[in-house]
Parts: sequence; C-alpha cells; structure tokens
Amino acid sequence: MPNSLVIRGLTKEYVPGKPVLSDIDLAFGETCINAIIGPSGTGKSTLIRCINRLVEPTSGEILFDGADLARLVGTPLRQARRHIGMVFQEYNLVERLTVMENLLCGRLGYVSAWKAWRRKFPTEDIERAFQLLDVVGLAGFAQRRADALSGGQRQRVGIARAVMQEPKLLLADEPTSSLDPKTSVEIMQLLADVARSRDIPVLINMHDVDLATRFADRIVGMSGGRVVFDGAPAGLSDAMLKQIYGGEDWLQ
Amino acid sequence: MVSITAAETTSRRVWRRFTGAQRTARFMVYLIIVAAIVAAAQTIEIIPEFLADAPEQIGDLLARMWPIDWRAYPTDVHSALSETIHIASLGTLLALMLALPVGLLAAHNLVPFTPLNLLARLILVSSRSVNSLVWALLFVGIFGPGALAGTLAIAFRSIGFVGKLFGEALEEAQPGPIEALAATGAPWRSVLTFGYWPQVKPAFWSIALFRFDINVRESAVLGLVGAGGIGMALDAALNLFQWERVALILVAILVVVIITEIVVTQIRKRML
Repeated sequence: MPNSLVIRGLTKEYVPGKPVLSDIDLAFGETCINAIIGPSGTGKSTLIRCINRLVEPTSGEILFDGADLARLVGTPLRQARRHIGMVFQEYNLVERLTVMENLLCGRLGYVSAWKAWRRKFPTEDIERAFQLLDVVGLAGFAQRRADALSGGQRQRVGIARAVMQEPKLLLADEPTSSLDPKTSVEIMQLLADVARSRDIPVLINMHDVDLATRFADRIVGMSGGRVVFDGAPAGLSDAMLKQIYGGEDWLQ
Repeated sequence: MVSITAAETTSRRVWRRFTGAQRTARFMVYLIIVAAIVAAAQTIEIIPEFLADAPEQIGDLLARMWPIDWRAYPTDVHSALSETIHIASLGTLLALMLALPVGLLAAHNLVPFTPLNLLARLILVSSRSVNSLVWALLFVGIFGPGALAGTLAIAFRSIGFVGKLFGEALEEAQPGPIEALAATGAPWRSVLTFGYWPQVKPAFWSIALFRFDINVRESAVLGLVGAGGIGMALDAALNLFQWERVALILVAILVVVIITEIVVTQIRKRML
C-alpha cells in the first residue's frame, strides 16, 4: 500500500495539563481497514480529527504524503486536506443542496470558488459523480435534495463525497453510530469495498466491537487517551476488551 | 386513626405563589406604572376644549375630504406614487448590497475576530438608531430635495435591519456541513457559498422581502421632508388645504401597501 501515515508523540490537551491523547505513536499503511475502538471520551474522535486538523494537536508529528500535517497552515494545509476524505457520524451534508451538489463539494478544493458558485465543474467530475452514485446504490438520486434522504442514504452520499476527492487516506468518525444495525453493516461493507478497490487506508472510529472485528484488518484499542491494543482482530481477547472498556458484565 | 388526626392538626402546610419580597416588588412595579401614567398625562397638557371639540373637527375634515378627487390621479398622483415604489425598491436593493458584507463581518463564527465583529455591530446599530426621516433630512441637505435623497435614506436605515438579522442567521448556521467542507480542502469562499449560503438563503430572502414591505410604507412619508415620492404630493395638498386630493393620496398609499403585503406574502409562501 503506497500511502502511509505515521503519527509520532501526538498529544492533545483541550485543557492544559489534562491530555485527551497522550503520546500516541501509530503507523498506518500496511493494512487497509483500520478500526479504532474504545469507550466514549477516550480520544478516538480527537485522534481522527487531529489528522486532518479539524482539531489542533498540542504536540507531536503527523507525517503523511511527505509533509508533517501538524505543522501546516493556510494553503498547504488546504492542499493536504484535499487528499484526505472524511465521513462523519451526522453525515454533515449541506441539507438544502442536491445529492449531486453534495458530491461535487468533494471537488471544491480543486475548482475555483467563482466556477464552483456558477456550478461550472469539469465534465469528468460530473461523470465520476454519476459513476459513484451507481457504486453507492443511489443511481437516479442526483437531483434529490439531501434533506429528503434517509440516514443510510445520507451516509452513502457522505462516503461518495469523500471518495470524490480521490483521497489517499479516508477517515471515518463513527460512520455507523446514527444508523440501525442492518444499515450499519451495509455502510461498513461499502466503506470497506470503496477503500479496498482504491487501495487506500481507511481509519474508522467505532463503538461496535462486533462490527469492527467483522470488517477490520487491524484493530487499535484505546483507553484513557492511550493505545492499549494494536493488532489483528483475532488477537482481541475478552481480557483485552475488559482492559479497553473496563468492567465485564457487558461481555456476558 | 390517631396518627391521621395528628398529621392534620400539626402540619397544615401552606403554599403561596410569591414570597413576601416578591409581593412587595410586584406592588412597587404597579405603583411605578400608575405614577408614570399620571406624570405623563400631566406633561402632555391636554386642553379640554380641544378634546371636546375633536369629534366635530373629525366630521368636518371627513366632509371636506369627500368626494375624493379621483380625477387628479393621472395628472398629479400617479408619477409620485411610482416614484415612491422606485425609492422603496432601489433603496432596498442598495441596502441588501451594503448589508451583505457588514452582516458577514458581524457573524462571529465566520469572522472569529472580535474587534471586527464589534465594528460591524457599531455600523449596524448606528444605521438603526437614526430614523429614516432623519436620514432623509441629512441626505436632502447633501444632495438637495428629490428621490435620490429618499433612496439613500431608505437604504441607510435598512442596512442595520438587514445586516443584523442576516448576521444572526449566519451565526445560527449548522457547523457540521461547514466542518465537512473545510475537511475537503475547499477555499473559504467556496465554504461561504456552498456551506453557509444554502443554509441562510431562505432567511436572507425572507428578511429582504420583509424590509421591502416596511420600506414601501416608510418611503410614502419621506416626501414630507422633501425626499421625493408621494409624500411630497401629500405635503403640497395639505399645505394648499386640498382635502379631496389628500383623501385621494391616502387611499392610493393604502392600496399600494395592501398590494405589497399580498405580493410579499405570496412570494414568501412559495419560497420557504
């Protein structure tokens, strides 16, 4: 896999002296589907958001594509973000725009603001948007407004928007937490298919351990802002889960 | 049995809506309101004879207004009336263009720099604190009497109204889609046009239509200070005691206001 992401000594403190992430060292690139699991408030979301700088890291390095993402500002940061697609728990679509316009939002980093405003996107972008709609199972939905879609359909649009960027890395922040169990599996399957077919690593935050072990090649278990498990799903024992989440009643 | 009787006698608990202090405070508020009304009534010095005379005067005025001088409409009133509508629409248009950048600066989520927010707020408050008649007096002084002064007066009074409400709409925009667009590497102008604008568009047009509705009514009186429009015709007719013509102008204004109200309501209904 050509695209590797190396995180070194990443620390994030929202309040000084109270780190949410402490000295995280992780490298991604060998495996395709990477699930990050752990209890709520343990910094999974902060970790993902530090990578594309929706959250400012306090210290540490995030090496990707020949640059330290933690140091970038202004235009270089914007250009680096174009190569990192992100899928959100609450989909974060622009509700009053159509599905097609939401997909084209993935190309905003490449098209001038003036052209984008007049909806003058390159023909190949529009062509790819139609192809992606077929891939995510929303053929014929191009002119539908995003607020007319169901949760599962919205998340498909969210994934398609991220893939429109032609990313070298995909981040997904609890992509299935707002969805029912059946749709969750379908969305995970779609994310896995999309990442495997394009050979790009995807980092997925999730609560659902069963879903994580079912789809992931590698699982990172976090607890208290630290990595406590890192390896193949097969190595994730009950004892390990107890250490990650605490307690044991829920495992019965 | 004994315990029930005991409970009845010992703990008859009382509940009152207000505490003693609250009751005193409420009484004081009532007292102040009554005192204010009495003081105000004394200051305005109502002359009893004029008050007693009023019904007769009203009857007299209405008699002089009748019959309405319909024939003056094509010659004198029509052009003044259309000038009023032009003042209202051009003034609103100008206000929208000027209010847009100020509203953007006032929104803290868009411009996270407090001194600029405060500057924008100051501009908006100054615009609103001056009545449109006062704005008109200023612009008549600068540009001389006529529709230009009226248009600018309408525009400058409206900047504060439109800018304030537009800025508030921007601040209420959902941060999620904005974050998502920033994450795709979109430049800020595209974040503005794809993230914020679709979210505030209905509010913006609704504010614009509401302000146009107000401006039609306000521009009708601007002529009283020489700023063009139907108000100038009204002023002339009042000064010449042409009461039949005054009646015609009042009816014309009423009709225009009603039509504007209907049109604006219909557009809003279809748009939102």
